[in-house]
Amino acid sequence: MRKSDIAMQIMWSRLATICEEQAQVMLRAAFSAAVRESGDLSAGLFDIEGRMLAQAVTGTPGHVNTMASAVVHFLRKFPPQTMRPGDAFVTNDPWLASGHLHDVTVVTPAFLQGSIVGLFAATVHLVDIGGRGFGPDARDLYEEGIQVPHMYLVREGVVNEVLMELMRANSREPQQVEGDIYAIVAAGEEGARRLSEVMTEFGESSLGRLGAHILEQTEKATRKAISQLPDGVYRNHTKMDGYESPIDLRVAMHVSNGSIHLDFEGTSGISSFGINCPLPYTQAYSFYAIKCVVAPDIPSNHGAHEPFSISAPDNTIVNPLRPAAVAARHVVGHMLPDLILGCLAQAMKGQVPAESGMMWNPTIRGYRDFAGNDRMWEYFCLFAAGMGARPKQDGLDGTAFPSALKSIPVESLETGAPLVVWKKELRPDSGGAGEFRGGMGQILEIGALGEVPLRFQAMFERVTNAARGRDGGSEGACGKVSLSSGKQLRSKGQQDIPLGDCIVLELPGGGGYGDPSKRSLKAIAKDVRNGLLTEEAARAQYPHYAGSSNA
Amino acid sequence: MAAEAAKALGGTSRLGVDIGGTFTDAALLVGSKVFSTKVLTTHDAPERGVLQSIDKVLADASMKLSEVDIFIHGTTLATNALIERKGAKIAMLTTEGARDVVEVALSYRFDLFDLTIDLPTPLVERSLRLPIRERIGYRGRTLVPLNEEDILRCVERIREENIESLAICFLHSFENDAHEKRAREIIRQHLPDLPVSISSEVAGEIREYERFTTTTANAYVQPLMAAYLDRLEQRLQESGLKAPFLLMLSDGGLTDVGTAKKYPIRLVESGPAGGAMFAAAIARQEKLGDVVSFDMGGTTAKICMINSGEPETARDFEVARVYRFKKGSGLPLRVPVINMVEIGAGGGSIAHRDSLGRISVGPESAGSQPGPAAYGRGGTKPTVSDADLVLGRINPAGFAGGRMALDLDAARKAISLVGDTGGLSADEAAAGIIEVVEENMASAARVHAIECGKSIISRTLVAFGGAAPLHAAGVARKIGMGSFVVPPSAGVGSAVGFFFSPIAFELATSRHKLLAEISTEDLNDLLASMESQVLPLVEKVARSAKLYRRYRCSMRYVGQGHEIEVEIPLPLPKSDISGHLKELFEEKYQLVYGRKLPGAEVEALSWALWIGTASPALDAVDAPDTTYEPSPKSTRRIYDTYSYDWIECAVYWREDLRPGAVLAGPAVIEESETTTFVPGGMSARILGTGAIFCTELTESRAAEEAREVIHA
Repeated sequence: MRKSDIAMQIMWSRLATICEEQAQVMLRAAFSAAVRESGDLSAGLFDIEGRMLAQAVTGTPGHVNTMASAVVHFLRKFPPQTMRPGDAFVTNDPWLASGHLHDVTVVTPAFLQGSIVGLFAATVHLVDIGGRGFGPDARDLYEEGIQVPHMYLVREGVVNEVLMELMRANSREPQQVEGDIYAIVAAGEEGARRLSEVMTEFGESSLGRLGAHILEQTEKATRKAISQLPDGVYRNHTKMDGYESPIDLRVAMHVSNGSIHLDFEGTSGISSFGINCPLPYTQAYSFYAIKCVVAPDIPSNHGAHEPFSISAPDNTIVNPLRPAAVAARHVVGHMLPDLILGCLAQAMKGQVPAESGMMWNPTIRGYRDFAGNDRMWEYFCLFAAGMGARPKQDGLDGTAFPSALKSIPVESLETGAPLVVWKKELRPDSGGAGEFRGGMGQILEIGALGEVPLRFQAMFERVTNAARGRDGGSEGACGKVSLSSGKQLRSKGQQDIPLGDCIVLELPGGGGYGDPSKRSLKAIAKDVRNGLLTEEAARAQYPHYAGSSNA
Repeated sequence: MAAEAAKALGGTSRLGVDIGGTFTDAALLVGSKVFSTKVLTTHDAPERGVLQSIDKVLADASMKLSEVDIFIHGTTLATNALIERKGAKIAMLTTEGARDVVEVALSYRFDLFDLTIDLPTPLVERSLRLPIRERIGYRGRTLVPLNEEDILRCVERIREENIESLAICFLHSFENDAHEKRAREIIRQHLPDLPVSISSEVAGEIREYERFTTTTANAYVQPLMAAYLDRLEQRLQESGLKAPFLLMLSDGGLTDVGTAKKYPIRLVESGPAGGAMFAAAIARQEKLGDVVSFDMGGTTAKICMINSGEPETARDFEVARVYRFKKGSGLPLRVPVINMVEIGAGGGSIAHRDSLGRISVGPESAGSQPGPAAYGRGGTKPTVSDADLVLGRINPAGFAGGRMALDLDAARKAISLVGDTGGLSADEAAAGIIEVVEENMASAARVHAIECGKSIISRTLVAFGGAAPLHAAGVARKIGMGSFVVPPSAGVGSAVGFFFSPIAFELATSRHKLLAEISTEDLNDLLASMESQVLPLVEKVARSAKLYRRYRCSMRYVGQGHEIEVEIPLPLPKSDISGHLKELFEEKYQLVYGRKLPGAEVEALSWALWIGTASPALDAVDAPDTTYEPSPKSTRRIYDTYSYDWIECAVYWREDLRPGAVLAGPAVIEESETTTFVPGGMSARILGTGAIFCTELTESRAAEEAREVIHA
């Protein structure tokens, strides 16, 4: 009995290792910059009822948590008993997988001596799937690209060439899309092979017993962690810039008896542009925020999600119904953790960070390659604003929350597309003041290599609504979008970069934490010395600095 | 062994000293006999410990320093300076607009759920990262010429701030180093004594964060390392050293003091590299084919893939991780290194229960102070060594050759802390701890093998370092490997490994091109220019020894981000070089990922040239003619982690076992520095060299191995 406890634990950790191996294969074989340099992917193992048992430690909250609820939908169309070795299934349905068409989820069944024992799933962001490209301008889903309902990607080892041909034909970057899809297939195959080896080694013929143990232990630990919050209802409200009009996000967090329910009643209705956030993605980012604060160490699996539930009225921006446009759903999704943290801050005083700047991810499009030949290309960039200050630490500079994808090196970016990043530096004075200051945003200045016009897709938040401080901390600076020639640009939608001009992105800073008058003079002087805080701002934000010998 | 080594390096008595965090190890090879010793590292003046260890080991061998034919040194000093932030005050000249490259890093939170993480602090603070107006772009094109007045202004600033070392880091300098070189020239005119590191020389490859960070790290440790090496060289000469003084590099090559002073960052992992070279030498000597090197000490375990007697190498490494052993929490270095994975699993690793009640081991370590509870130096936390003692695998009386008695009661008490919370007895908890730490190491080895694109099951594990022989069987079984070997001198493996390393240097540079654009002529030109930089560094040390060249190219399908490094045989073919390269790339790609991508274009990114001598070899020793069954010194009850029960186990003293001895597990083989555990189901054989070679007895393992071979 006791021996089997330890054996169970060892098998559990082995499942996590298999997922790491699966992710590693995908990472190495992937093509698009988003996957390979930034790790925009997730990988996990599920039982044959579609419950996630283990997951690789990679990726974004969006992928990690949406994938967790995606597999069960595959099983409805393809019941496990109909699956065969060498099969792989695919979808990019935003409501049944990861929230927009760019994310493709692939499920690979794993077999042991002819019987299905588990399922591997992986999600990656494809660089282009047609439509208007990755941006917020579409008015409905049909404008956003090719839709792939649940279907066979590989059937008993034979790739669905018809589907691959359609995918290629519908992408501006067919080669990258094809390569990424093959990378996921390879990773799933590797996972399935390894799982059967491990089960053989441990003499197990099904994951039933181990799975039950994993889910039970995890759920128990998660409920225990939640029970540190006093029961009650915690409400928060935040305003965001939106596309055509500002958006109100409202949530009531009901904590009772080791479980948490989130109710988004009162949140604004859907946008007529593509920033609507399907419920799985809403759920993914909301649960993520709770986990960060309440139970960061507990492994991510179905059991960890059991104590959470969510509801939102139909056709609110956090629960749009088909066929709403959803391509840039991260714009709303990335705001949700700050909304939820605001509730948690009431329940866990002194333990919750201030609000953060987010990632700004423009897609830049050009029509000529390095040699000046006509060729349309699309490049997806990732830039990070400043993180909110933490209760005992400054916010991280140029490092975003909630999503934390690796930015693409300037040298790699300039080798991948005919662009020049003239400036990529921290943005002084952008972090909110506080005993601990918010993380600084960044300033980006990007133009074409040579005299060619460019276009870019803006989908940026916190241009009119700043990241708020907490417990007396000040808000971070708002973001700004303009051309170097001076013209102000919109924060959402496709816009032109005229010949010889550059876009200038000033990314928002994180909110501050605690009373600014308590900030150490040494810390203020250091920021001033390093040019992260101008002398004027230091005097204005920190009255005690103005009167000190450092000033 | 002497013949081949003598040819390469001119001598038969070799002295090696490795400075580690706790101990400074010396090894002396005379003919085929190894003398070794350990002294405590003297952190205030490391050369003192070096000389102490040398005196001791020379006395053991009754020799004088003047009789030594070669002296080889490895040190963690550069690493420690980076971890403890005790390097020089440095400044950096960098492209205007790119001032925060080393600070913003990759904008990556290496732990998605932990909101309290901090990222590594850059080695040069923002106020001393001085922007220069200049810009090189794609393929080395000059977009903005170098503004020399900006540099002159910086000269003043550098003087005012008493800067001790300077890094010059411009964007795209890996393709066009003109601005960096010109900037250095101007600085030298005005500040002739200031050490200057330029990014195109220190780490001439694409990706600015890694290149710039490596360059600042080189600048940061340079004054300290130069001063240390000068002092040591002088002290050694005063003590009579007449032989060449060589240094171990992170990639397993040897170089002289001059080159080490210029590129001190290349010494950063020299100790562990020595360990891998040791395992490689053993693999060659015992004709083991592909092996896995497994070095487990008090704090960490290091695992490395060794292919046909050569360690796997790489050009990326992370030093000074601030957050346990988490990837992404340290400073990335783009230097040639032996590619190994290091995890927080050692004899001193501490066990506890996590929030889910699971037993978790490491990465926190009790180190040598206070050490495991059994050491009786005030440690109360349960460690891996305590678990080994509770299970009877370690002899409480015989530890460290009997120099140190162990406190079994204290160990049991500590281990009970882990047992009680989960309702396990101390024995069961100890077994659980061992299982978990071995699982951690096996997992790390597996994932590492995938990262290297190598199969692992069919290999032999080469175990050395104080704790490895105890855990080699468990780790090998969990990976599915059928055998492991414990070589002689396993306790000072790194220092001994220095003796079997080539004199060598590697240089890498990035040239981004589609294969279709590459001509044999271009490549030969590039090769010649790299050779003109590398060859003098090697020739001045290797003198007349025969030199070998390895040329490697990192390639990928256009659009991919991860390159595969492929060895390019020399000389290059005269025609269709692109077709040739593509063939080599796709062959390797197929091997690693199981498929090719028909129709996709291939591009080359980086080129690396390695020039070096052959590695000195240990002479093979014939297998003994006859075998015999030795009788055990005694028996001891040990707790079996497979049956979860106490069983009677044979105990042998390693020095009693002659070549040809064959014994069956369960057994322990004790020696002064370590203990080898042979579980039931395995048998151990003593090879001609004295190495312990253990294999699985069962058929099923053999069958699994065969399957793996077919699969691969």
